[in-house]
Amino acid sequence: MGMKRRSLDILVGLFVLAGIAALFFLALRAANLGSFVVSDGYRVHAFFDNIGGLKERAPVRSAGVVVGRVDSIDFDTKTFRADVRLSMDSRYQFPKDSSVKILTAGLLGEQYIGIEAGADEKVLADGDTVMLTQSAVVLENLISQFLYGRAADGGQDTGGGDASGGAK
Amino acid sequence: MIDDIASLGAWALARLAGLGYGFRFLMRLTWLSVLSLGRPRLIIEQLYFIGNRSLSIITISGLFVGFVLGLQGYYTLERYGSSEALGLLVALSLSRELGPVVTALLFAGRAGTSLTAGIGLMKAGEQLAAMEMMGVDPMSRVLAPRFVAALIAMPLLAAMFSAVGVMGSWIVGVQIIGVDPGSFWSQMQAGVDIRNDIGNGVIKSMIFGVICAFIALFVGNEATATPEGVSLATTSTVVASSLVVLGFDFMLTGLMFGGF
Amino acid sequence: MDNDTFLSVESLSFGYTADRLILKNINMRFRRGSVVALMGGSGCGKTTVLRAIGAQVRPSRGRVMLDGVDVHGLDRAGLAAARRKMGMLFQHGALFTDLNVYENVAFPLREHTELPSAMIRDLVLMKLHAVGLRGASRLMPSEISGGMARRVALARSIALDPPLLMYDEPFAGLDPISLGTIAHLIRNLNSALGATTMLVTHDVAETFRIVDYAYVMAAGEVIGEGTPEELMASSDPRVTQFLEGRSDGPVPFHYPATPIAQELGL
Repeated sequence: MGMKRRSLDILVGLFVLAGIAALFFLALRAANLGSFVVSDGYRVHAFFDNIGGLKERAPVRSAGVVVGRVDSIDFDTKTFRADVRLSMDSRYQFPKDSSVKILTAGLLGEQYIGIEAGADEKVLADGDTVMLTQSAVVLENLISQFLYGRAADGGQDTGGGDASGGAK
Repeated sequence: MIDDIASLGAWALARLAGLGYGFRFLMRLTWLSVLSLGRPRLIIEQLYFIGNRSLSIITISGLFVGFVLGLQGYYTLERYGSSEALGLLVALSLSRELGPVVTALLFAGRAGTSLTAGIGLMKAGEQLAAMEMMGVDPMSRVLAPRFVAALIAMPLLAAMFSAVGVMGSWIVGVQIIGVDPGSFWSQMQAGVDIRNDIGNGVIKSMIFGVICAFIALFVGNEATATPEGVSLATTSTVVASSLVVLGFDFMLTGLMFGGF
Repeated sequence: MDNDTFLSVESLSFGYTADRLILKNINMRFRRGSVVALMGGSGCGKTTVLRAIGAQVRPSRGRVMLDGVDVHGLDRAGLAAARRKMGMLFQHGALFTDLNVYENVAFPLREHTELPSAMIRDLVLMKLHAVGLRGASRLMPSEISGGMARRVALARSIALDPPLLMYDEPFAGLDPISLGTIAHLIRNLNSALGATTMLVTHDVAETFRIVDYAYVMAAGEVIGEGTPEELMASSDPRVTQFLEGRSDGPVPFHYPATPIAQELGL
């Protein structure tokens, strides 16, 4: 009677172990557990006229490497701009005059934030705001600018110079 | 005419009463299940019958589903030149949907029917009445351990299904067809989110576990105590579990992934 | 109610629906230490009386007093406690098919007592010895005959030494040897335990050999009661038809139908 119970316990234990192993496999090998939230990072704000399709938890990349994550996206009712809070990995310091742009990964890919280092000696600290931002490229604006530019070109000799990429 | 309305009303009342009865059953079962955690021996025994015994069907099915996903996924993605996204496609399909749902359906068929038949036969053989007459509540001694065991087993089985499925598609996609192994895993790891995809999948399988276990035990307990009654009961378990699981899957998917 | 009465059924009426009563105003007394039979044809309601005593059904009227306590007025915990005082043997044994003989008999001890397993072992083996099946303790219910299963169920029902023993058709479908064995056990166990026993049965000969008192029922009512000798001397035609096993009498042979001459068109 005792023997039977022991072997039953062992078998059930193996089953539970296998299940947990499967969960771990999925979590570690299949999911993005590795590059998870930078909890001990510093937070900075960036204001955009248009964030396009940017979502929370989107990566912040510099030179293609992930250096942070989008923490939260809010709407600032005073300036009527998007207030994006970024969580930056504390290993990477960026100058205070760095600029951020909203870029698209691939043709149909997700939008992410690209950060380019500036030249200032002082670095961004927790709570700072990134001053230089470039909003997402919205397809409709691009098309209308192109058309306007073409129309202006067609009408006058002075080129409709401000058909260059956009927003502030 | 009045008679028809009266009988419709009576039918509606009967259905309502049934719903209330079922809900009370679930509440009592849940409470007794919490209490039964103090008797782990009973739960472990049931975990063997429900979990270990379902391993072969779940893992083999998972493997085959993984094979098919690998094949079908490859053919479709190849058309858009995105065959490197195969790993991502498979992992998302499995962890979000196929893992929890198919496991639940298989579970209903294998473990659900065995639970219903077991309880029904115990009822037919007067074992439940005998237990009651001995002052032992059959719900806490027989039903609750089975409920707890099913709740534990389901998410584990669903995880195993998904894991084996991913490996199956790896075998077909990378080993046999020749998709680049690097992109297979890296795209998967970049695109599958532990909270949203894996976590939601686990939550789904837990909810499905409650559904399948409750239906199996309820139907078995309410079965007519004859051989025909028991066989009818096992059929209803499978049908009802499958439909309710699929219905809940729609609702849960909408809630979790629809961004409502 | 005198102290001599261990169990009494008072003015008990019961029916699943109000217009069709299964039991009509039943009155019975069971004296301490006696073996009493509840007899009658199929469908007379005797098993329902058993169920009412065990509180598996709730009476529409009347009450059941077990050792001075109204069984149906108890809450869940009280009822569980009362049921521990009752040892019930179901018609086909109702052994737990996933447990072996030993585990079956040990079940009530494990569930209701905190006794150490060494003591439980001794008790189980003694109970099995009392029914003569100590050697079969490792077998599964599927491996033993019907008669043996019933004896194991008997051992299980006396596991907690209950003061009330109830047997539902203990003689049904048994071969002569098993029949004699069970009858012998019922009588002896009652004396050994100092219990009160009631049997629901329709086996007249075997029953009258072992009981002190008997109630005869028909159509939900008690139509006769007394010691075996008193009943055999009864003049009530329903009682005599039952006891003597006559095919025709107050319970007719023919199921109601149109006269045969009319049916055959003569």
